[in-house]
Amino acid sequence: MDATAFPALAPALPEIILAVGALALVLVGAVMGDRSTRLVNALALALLAAAGVAVTIAPDAVTFSGGFVLDGFARFMKIVALIGAFAALLLSFDYMERLKFARFEYAILVVLATLGMMLMISAHDLIALYLGLELQSLALYVIAAINRDDVRSTEAGLKYFVLGALSSGMLLYGASLVYGSTGAVGFADIAEALKSGEASLGLIFGVVFLISGFAFKVSAVPFHMWTPDVYEGAPTPITAFFASATKVAAMAMFVRVIMEAFPSVTTEWRQVVVFVALASMALGSFAAIGQTNLKRLMAYSSIGHMGYALVGLAAGTPEGVRGVMIYLAIYVAMTLGAFACIVSMRLKDGSYVESISDLAGLSRAKPAMAFVLAMILFSLAGIPPLAGFFAKFYVFYAAVNAGLYPLAIAGFVLSVVGAFYYLRIVKIIYFDEPTVAFEPMTLGARAVLTVAGGFTLLYFVYPGPLTAAASAAARSLF
Amino acid sequence: MTGWPILSLLTFLPLVGVFFLLMIRGTDEASLRNVRHVALWTTVVNFVVSLVLWAKFDYAEPGFQFVEQAEWLGGSITYKLGVDGISAPFVVLTAFLMPFCILASWTSITHRVKEYMIAFLVLETLMIGVFCALDMVLFYLFFEAGLIPMFLIIGIWGGSRRVYASFKFFLYTLLGSLLMLVGILAMYGTAGTTDIVALLAYKFPADMQWWLWLGFFASFAVKMPMWPVHTWLPDAHVEAPTAGSVILAGILLKMGGYGFLRFSLPMFPLASEYFAPFVFALSVVAIIYTSLVALMQEDVKKLIAYSSVAHMGFVTMGIFALNEQGVQGAVFQMISHGVVSGALFLCVGVVYDRLHTREIKAFGGLVNRMPWYAAAFLVFTMANVGLPGTSGFVGEFLTLMGAFRANTWVALFATTGVILSAGYALWLYRRVVLGPLDKPELAAIPDLSRKEIVLLAPLVALTILFGVWPAPVIDFSAASIDGLLQQTTAAIESAGKAATLVGR
Repeated sequence: MDATAFPALAPALPEIILAVGALALVLVGAVMGDRSTRLVNALALALLAAAGVAVTIAPDAVTFSGGFVLDGFARFMKIVALIGAFAALLLSFDYMERLKFARFEYAILVVLATLGMMLMISAHDLIALYLGLELQSLALYVIAAINRDDVRSTEAGLKYFVLGALSSGMLLYGASLVYGSTGAVGFADIAEALKSGEASLGLIFGVVFLISGFAFKVSAVPFHMWTPDVYEGAPTPITAFFASATKVAAMAMFVRVIMEAFPSVTTEWRQVVVFVALASMALGSFAAIGQTNLKRLMAYSSIGHMGYALVGLAAGTPEGVRGVMIYLAIYVAMTLGAFACIVSMRLKDGSYVESISDLAGLSRAKPAMAFVLAMILFSLAGIPPLAGFFAKFYVFYAAVNAGLYPLAIAGFVLSVVGAFYYLRIVKIIYFDEPTVAFEPMTLGARAVLTVAGGFTLLYFVYPGPLTAAASAAARSLF
Repeated sequence: MTGWPILSLLTFLPLVGVFFLLMIRGTDEASLRNVRHVALWTTVVNFVVSLVLWAKFDYAEPGFQFVEQAEWLGGSITYKLGVDGISAPFVVLTAFLMPFCILASWTSITHRVKEYMIAFLVLETLMIGVFCALDMVLFYLFFEAGLIPMFLIIGIWGGSRRVYASFKFFLYTLLGSLLMLVGILAMYGTAGTTDIVALLAYKFPADMQWWLWLGFFASFAVKMPMWPVHTWLPDAHVEAPTAGSVILAGILLKMGGYGFLRFSLPMFPLASEYFAPFVFALSVVAIIYTSLVALMQEDVKKLIAYSSVAHMGFVTMGIFALNEQGVQGAVFQMISHGVVSGALFLCVGVVYDRLHTREIKAFGGLVNRMPWYAAAFLVFTMANVGLPGTSGFVGEFLTLMGAFRANTWVALFATTGVILSAGYALWLYRRVVLGPLDKPELAAIPDLSRKEIVLLAPLVALTILFGVWPAPVIDFSAASIDGLLQQTTAAIESAGKAATLVGR
């Protein structure tokens, strides 16, 4: 390939739309000031939608000298990430206005973070991957702390920044070790270099550091410590963004690097992934039991769910990757639905509550919202016929097929522990007496909850298309 | 094969009722009445449809009938329904019991009536689905989804310790089911299909059968429930509202036995034979131990719950006798127990609605004020004991005979359970119904109302009818059980031959 030739831009069309659009929005904001917040918000939503359309029409190719790839896998993950970002933005507007920190930069930062995610998903060498990751992370550090008059929000931002920077460093260190021992940064080239001969010690160290960095980003144990604090401290809609879109992008990058660059050192990385998956499932299940704050609980829940998704990766087969993809799609729907409910826990005086006991008796006051939330919780626990069951079904199918029986059995047993704390919330919603009354849901929250809840509840009626799409997309990595 | 999908209709008709219920708004008396009537008529219509199924059922056909199939999850996981002689009686039983549940809740449920009825109708869909499903994933879906409405029924409308009971019920059953799911996934991976018909013909390697058998056993043993994993049942029964207990004892427990017959025996015949002594041991312990425990209960519902565990012991014993009498008896026992235990819980519900207690001590001498009640309760008590002439006898006799042919000692010990059951059941009857009526709060207790007579009369009739004329149920399932046993014993024998050949 001629390195000096101008790269094909068409596969990167969605990224280009987002990048150019974000710059244009900065101009709009700079000219009009804070009056433009609503306009910028609406335009940001439009940008995300346009990027979604562009993802579906852009052609499959490897471009930018092998640094960028658009394939079925990337397409699937990008659409899921875009949906997550779109829904998180929808949840944000009213929340920010009520808490009086609505600023036009917010939506732009979300768009930039989304752009970073798209690059992470499409990265095809270690350098592009790092660039995407940093673009995403820097934008996220700022929006975690965007409510700068709130101690918890600033603390969350700072914590996220310090630990995130540390993890980026680890990832970079791992990348350099891999480069040192293989002499390549492109995923395909690394795989090619590893085909012959034993894995060197330096390479194994590199892989372990890389996995540590990824584990940080997907908040898997033992690199999960930042998650509960950041989730609790960040404004709720932003937490929704962290829990949905960010996780998808990080997991996509994790899967792509492992499957594309290191298919020939499976035994080396598999034990690490199995451990991380098991530890995440265990911690996610046990640590959530004692929580009283819903956002903190969702943090532990997401740690656990990332563990389940990693079970699919541990299998290391096309079915496993398909499992991860379906898991993430369903996880995003469930998480967004849950956060739409948490964002709707607002009182008459304009404040928000977020402790589990505030949900008491919700089934009397708001039967529809209570029902959907309860179903989402059952789904998170993996009870059929809800979507969460199918998510677990596919990853564990892959694990069992790959012969990872102990992992599958441990995962199922831990999911019973997990079911306990989801049930506890259902119990509070349905069995207890009401204590506080919430305001009606906003239009945005209602829309997100309807779509997410409908998807979770009715997925079983017509599950074929998602499975087929994920199966086709997963094959593009092999 | 009929022109229209009768099984899908049966399965999803209750959801149509749910749809109508959702249309009804308001909490005034008139709309509550509408809610109750919609629920009742939905279940009655569904029962009528199940009778059509019964009428059209071909008794001579050992395989599956009324088979329907449609694309579902993609790949080989399809939406496939069908019934044979083993599952069809359970479908009819489910549809039969549901109107009773609705009627039993007519006045005793006063808050959140609409949600209650919705939960029951959804539960009916899921229960019928379990018995009709011919795809393992679909089966699992129905099997486990039933936890959600039952959890809510116990937790919202249950007694004072409802939260504890509902959690215990849910988590216990979930843990068992998930181990089965591992088995299902492994079978899917090995055989490449989840179609039950195809899997029935597939021969799993012997060492894999053991693991699979254990996985499925974990689930069905909890559901059944078998000793020592039965402890969720007394709690769930005691706390559940009357109709919830009826469904729990009448249908949900039968899913375990049905699962053994549908999966464990035909798909893992070698493991079934290998583990049969183990199941015998657990069954005998269940029969004797839980009967003794039942003797000491002070709560009527708890006593009946423990007696259910003992009766299910007969079922598992009969199934793993692996002969015609045993399996036939097990199926009959399950159907009979579904009617009788359901009726017993309804009887408890009758006095509970009047006194709001289930303590045995609180009763005594009811016969003086409630002769009709005493008569009905007597019939069900006798059926529970297994008196000849009631449906309880047929099942117990057949299972014992089957066990006797398989292992004399098992039959011997199990028969002592029959004596013990006479002990606790008759003692209960004496303490509750007979004797002088000297408690002041019982002095004005009214006898059965017209509604309660309507509720109990068909069950009395059925109990006696099946006792003297068990043919309807037995003919229903005979062909399919024959087919099942032929297949199972053939597999065991051919494996035995192979072993002897290797031995030479």
